[in-house]
Amino acid sequence: MAEAVIELVGVTRSYHAGESVVQALRGVSLRVERGEMVAILGPSGSGKSTLMNLLGCLDRPDGGELRLNGQAVQTLDDDALADVRNRDLGFVFQGFNLLARTSALDNVLLPLLYDRTGRVPDPAARAARMLTRVGLGDRLDHEPQQLSGGQQQRVAVARALVNAPSLVLADEPTGNLDSHTTMDILGLFQELNDEGTTLVIVTHEDEVAACCKRAITLRDGQIVEDRPVEQRRVRA
Amino acid sequence: MKVTRLLPLALSSIRRNAGRSALTMLGVVIGVASVVVMVAIGEGAKAEIQARIDALGTNMVVITPGASSRGGVSGGAGSFNRLTVDDARRIEAEAQGVAAASPVVMTMATVVGGTGNWRAPIQGVDASYQEIRAWSVVSGRFFTSDEVRTFRKVCLLGATVAKNVFPDQDPVGQQIRLRDVPFEVIGVLAAKGQTAEGRDQDDVILAPSATVQTRLAGRQFIGQILVSAASEGDVAPLMVESRQILREQHRLAQWDPDDFEIRDQRQIAEAAQGTTEVMTTLLGAIASVSLLVGGIGIMNIMLVSVTERTREIGIRRALGARRADVLAQFLVEAVALSGLGGLVGGALGVLVAEAVSQATGWAVVVRPEVVALAVGFSGFVGVFFGWYPAQRAAKLDVIDALRHA
Repeated sequence: MAEAVIELVGVTRSYHAGESVVQALRGVSLRVERGEMVAILGPSGSGKSTLMNLLGCLDRPDGGELRLNGQAVQTLDDDALADVRNRDLGFVFQGFNLLARTSALDNVLLPLLYDRTGRVPDPAARAARMLTRVGLGDRLDHEPQQLSGGQQQRVAVARALVNAPSLVLADEPTGNLDSHTTMDILGLFQELNDEGTTLVIVTHEDEVAACCKRAITLRDGQIVEDRPVEQRRVRA
Repeated sequence: MKVTRLLPLALSSIRRNAGRSALTMLGVVIGVASVVVMVAIGEGAKAEIQARIDALGTNMVVITPGASSRGGVSGGAGSFNRLTVDDARRIEAEAQGVAAASPVVMTMATVVGGTGNWRAPIQGVDASYQEIRAWSVVSGRFFTSDEVRTFRKVCLLGATVAKNVFPDQDPVGQQIRLRDVPFEVIGVLAAKGQTAEGRDQDDVILAPSATVQTRLAGRQFIGQILVSAASEGDVAPLMVESRQILREQHRLAQWDPDDFEIRDQRQIAEAAQGTTEVMTTLLGAIASVSLLVGGIGIMNIMLVSVTERTREIGIRRALGARRADVLAQFLVEAVALSGLGGLVGGALGVLVAEAVSQATGWAVVVRPEVVALAVGFSGFVGVFFGWYPAQRAAKLDVIDALRHA
């Protein structure tokens, strides 16, 4: 059996919304192995975002077990979670979430700013390499407002990769992009996956899911479908 | 995050909002500048008062007649005067640490001569009086010990007397009459100005003690003895010893109270210094309030900044920043803002103090340690008022912050 990057066993999470309690996740069990490219589908309110926050160590489950690379994270404190995010995870957000009036290079450098392990000897060189990897080697000094949406998302991808994470989480990464740019970014994801990066992409678009290798559908806080996908290759 | 990265981060953030940062800093700039200027003015006043105290005479001890208390009724200060010229001579001859002592024989007389009449206090003193009171002569000379011993009828005019009696001419060499006794004016004293109580020290005529006592006052007992100590350290022992000598001179029994009073200038000086000290502190305190107001301005802007940058905080936290990293970032930014404001304010304060001195002619003393303290305090203001906004930033929930529009 291949190495598990993500292991969820009976994970629950509920929120208090005024008087009522919303059960966002009702016992989710899931295993994602190294090298997978997984789409998480589901209508709004199905618990996608909650699952994403848990996988991203931005939040802790109420019950059940959540392991990243074999490490149980549900018991970690805030600082330890921050370190896990910094060391093991890469984030790509729907709204790009780049720092305004900050160069592409500095944006990509951001995770390394908080690195406590000192595992990257020359952060600036590595950040520049990542930007080159996503095809923006000539735009290191550009600020987000000088870049197109697709380019901004590429900067975000470079930022997600700069710390060599074992898992890249993308939350509606193409939600703000036109279909052409969407394909562009998905092609980039496929390339990264081919190189061995494990990807989990939350989306509500079937065409995004079609580009992954596995699709998990959530409804009312539970996994209702988990199927392999005949991956549609964006580029030859 | 490495500490060395915090300052560049803060400075780039300040630059990104240059206009707003400048306005925020203005409060601290004004605060620090006003502290520097106010304290400089206070210190200047202190220096000026010190100079005036020095002009009173150095290390001077004043002996005045005491109160009599015969039959249980106190007659008040000076009611029982037994101070004599001999007392003064003995203190000068015997007391340890004495530099000089002079009797002061006091009387009033109308000056006749020059342009008319002027009623003035006459003081009969010894030649050493000049040294004790550190009183220079602007024209002519002081009288000598020989002139005192030989009852010479010479005198010196205080600046006020000279101006009123001889308005348009040098009084030196002129004759005046005091109670029909002719005196030759041999000198004019330098102006000393008013005492702390507003008495004009220059409205006086000085003449040899022996002459005044025999020709004008006609009394055995004298108004004052002025003694100067050789050094500041000699003042206290000199006071003790003068008291012993006087008690002996006056044949006081062990149980008799002193019939004289001994005071030193230092007490007066300390009181005056204390007053200016209080004034300086007060000025500094008032100015500090403006520095605090500047700090509140920084807190306001930092709070606005935290709200505006909620998303940035969310991003940083998602990418691995700990709460402490966020706290440090905003705290250093606040300190950098107020510290920069402090530096500018310090420089501005020095310039303004200089300008005030030029424009008003006031003595202004800019002490480097005061400037350093004010600038340093501005850094503290940054920490104090930056703490709350930074705390707010650090406490934000990551998920909420990321969702923030």
